[in-house]
Amino acid sequence: MNQKHQEDLSHIRSMMERSSRFISLSGLSGVFAGLSALIGGLYVYQLFKINGINYLDGEHILLDGNLVSELISSGLIILISAFVFGIFFTIRKSRKYNLPIWTTATKKMLFNLAVPLAIGGIFCLALIYHKIFILVAPTTLIFYGLALINAEKYTFSDVKYLGFCQLVLGCISLFFIGYGLIFWIIGFGILHILYGLIMFKKYK
Amino acid sequence: MGIIDKLNKDFESRVRLGIMSILMVNEWIDFTEMKTLLNITDGNLASHSTALEKAEYIEVKKEFVGKKPKTSYKVTDRGRAAFKEHVNSLEKLMKSK
Repeated sequence: MNQKHQEDLSHIRSMMERSSRFISLSGLSGVFAGLSALIGGLYVYQLFKINGINYLDGEHILLDGNLVSELISSGLIILISAFVFGIFFTIRKSRKYNLPIWTTATKKMLFNLAVPLAIGGIFCLALIYHKIFILVAPTTLIFYGLALINAEKYTFSDVKYLGFCQLVLGCISLFFIGYGLIFWIIGFGILHILYGLIMFKKYK
Repeated sequence: MGIIDKLNKDFESRVRLGIMSILMVNEWIDFTEMKTLLNITDGNLASHSTALEKAEYIEVKKEFVGKKPKTSYKVTDRGRAAFKEHVNSLEKLMKSK
């Protein structure tokens, strides 16, 4: 009898968790998103070099139009590949554990993630439009951090720690203008990989 | 009256516990999502949800989305109170032993 009550309670807890949070996100998604950003970031660094800019000198405020459009397209490719990896590992994990994917919790999580991200995206487009390129990297980090903290209540609550780290990094980078790429690689590359590995171990 | 007697008979089945747990943390949940979350058959869900509806623990909404009928569930105030009491009794039972 006692055993049954214990099982009832854990059943209640797991049903509440399963139905209110998006828990199919695999740690591997984070690792591969991070790797995409890392490779993309290094590619951009090379791109600067080819164009005669040594990024670490800190003297590269004037960018020509060609380079800017190349930077934007590299950014988009990184974003798309991170997204594809994310979906791939999510589907894999949900099949393995027989978890439904397209639930109310998933929709809520995506909505809460998308609102700050969309506004951040528009903000960055405005920065590019006004040629204030140096603020793009801090802005992406800050809005991404806010988006993660906003989505935290509908997924693993550990996501908020990643959010806070991105926020702190974004704020620091505001004061080290001209080193945006470095902060960007740390935030989107290294932090994602670390977070992904921790999650993968924790929820395996 | 012992604590055991306080356990609500309407919540004895796992499926009913599952339905109530899901509705405690979500507002409206439709039939298909409920079925996949609980991993049960149509008939099983239909019979248990009807029982909970009869006890006035859940509210059932039937509507048409395009041409497809859609059934959604929501917990009532009465259901919320009864379920909370049930969980409290379960917890007390666990502690007393």
